[in-house]
Amino acid sequence: MTNQVSVQTRVSIRVGKGEIFGFLGANGAGKTTLIRMLCGLLLPSDGQGTVAGFDIYRESEQIKRNIGYMSQRFSLYEDLTVEENIEFYGGIYGLNDEAIRKKKTQIFAELKLTLRAKTLTRDLPLGFKQRLALGCAMLHEPSIIFLDEPTSGVDPRVRRAFWDVIHRTADHGTTVFVTTHFMEEAEYCHRVCIMDTGKVIALDTPENLRQRFQQPTMQKVFVELVKSRIGKRI
Amino acid sequence: MSDPALNIINFSKNYGSRVAVDRVSLRVKEGELFGLIGPDGAGKTSLIRAICTLLKPTGGQILVNGLDVARDIFAIRSILGYMPQRFSLYPDLTVEQNLKFFADVFKVPEAEREKRLAQLYKFSRLAPFKDRQAAALSGGMKQKLALSCALIHTPEILVLDEPTFGVDPVSREEFWEILAEIRREGTTIFVSTAYMDEADRCDRVALMHLGKIIASGTPVQVKAQYRFPLFRVTGKQLRQLREFFDRQPAVHNTQLFGEAVHVSFTEAPAPGDWQRWVRASGENLQKWSPQQPTMEDVFMENIGGESQ
Repeated sequence: MTNQVSVQTRVSIRVGKGEIFGFLGANGAGKTTLIRMLCGLLLPSDGQGTVAGFDIYRESEQIKRNIGYMSQRFSLYEDLTVEENIEFYGGIYGLNDEAIRKKKTQIFAELKLTLRAKTLTRDLPLGFKQRLALGCAMLHEPSIIFLDEPTSGVDPRVRRAFWDVIHRTADHGTTVFVTTHFMEEAEYCHRVCIMDTGKVIALDTPENLRQRFQQPTMQKVFVELVKSRIGKRI
Repeated sequence: MSDPALNIINFSKNYGSRVAVDRVSLRVKEGELFGLIGPDGAGKTSLIRAICTLLKPTGGQILVNGLDVARDIFAIRSILGYMPQRFSLYPDLTVEQNLKFFADVFKVPEAEREKRLAQLYKFSRLAPFKDRQAAALSGGMKQKLALSCALIHTPEILVLDEPTFGVDPVSREEFWEILAEIRREGTTIFVSTAYMDEADRCDRVALMHLGKIIASGTPVQVKAQYRFPLFRVTGKQLRQLREFFDRQPAVHNTQLFGEAVHVSFTEAPAPGDWQRWVRASGENLQKWSPQQPTMEDVFMENIGGESQ
């Protein structure tokens, strides 16, 4: 297994290929900052890191070509149709018409968007927007995809369907780096990292974390761990 | 007997030809903590906005403490606190400036103002941050400030639209402890959420789907509506284990629940069945035990079969 992501600031993490890596932390713990650094959108103050083998200081353009990023706000064009969004992002990633057509068919089938192809994005329910945003982020077949709270505000049914897609994506060898506030989703990750005030306070498989902290669920592991640190923060 | 705090009678809301809320009736008692649960697009926000006099009903009636949302708009606004889904504060004002602004808008008398602010700081624990700009607060603190602003005029009824959207688990727990405290003081609370575990903290809940109420009652009553024998099973490979049970004829439904799979059956399995499944799954199946239905089981049962 080759290492696809390794970052060293006050945070050191190595994420393997095809791994679903969950990234947890309280609001303001530093999750989004770290993701933006890994995506080449923000320069670190110190330390080193590589993403898909590229250096985060010098090779941010190569990084951007090799990763997909789905932000909390989705960044879709609301006044374009589902299909037009795919075509637009395909163009941005430099895909030719033939490649876009192929990817479009494939993504529509995989994400069950075919029936909504001509719908204006602003008229889509949240669950569909979320899948379309994922589809757009994966058009150029990135080796790593970063998902920043992709399931905020969607109901349990839509969340489950979305995680089926995440698992299929990882099964195809894509590395998935995902943040979430739903601790149940942490259980679906191969490994999780819990961050607090800029530091990694736990990093392991969900099963090992549950055992080590003697808690029945990741929800309880997280709450206990973060609460126990509140005194130390001030 | 006094009026219920909230009386929703056959309320409907259409947007053009689209029906967002379809003849919903609900009564919320004074002092009750009532939860409205439903997926995105179920009609929760339309119902909430109508209660807050921000949307006119297409049909039916909504009474807040006996006052009609279609007529008594200003009387209702003076007794109702509303926390909308998205952050609605002034990011470039400080915590204290936001509170004082809302105190002005809601005409909180000068004499009561200091006392009210002190109370709100006490439960929100925002006093150390009162000079910080709202934009610079963490997600959890923003929610507490928005809640404080909604409570500035000491409303009788507090209405919250998905207040813990995007909030981390620790802040979420803290937020619900605050709600319990407000309720103990006698305030009626009507809150919508997409988190099933929050539903369990309400006195009564209603499940909403496609504009209709599909179940309501205390969390215990709602969960008792689940009709199928339910088991919690664990094993080495959960996703494969779930797929395995999906193929068994006696299985009604399966749901992945993080560290376990919930499997419901059309008929309770016999001990021999379990032994057979251990072998047939290649020893993947390791443990099984009867499971009390959770709110999420009920929710998935009621809407799960819906095609997208």
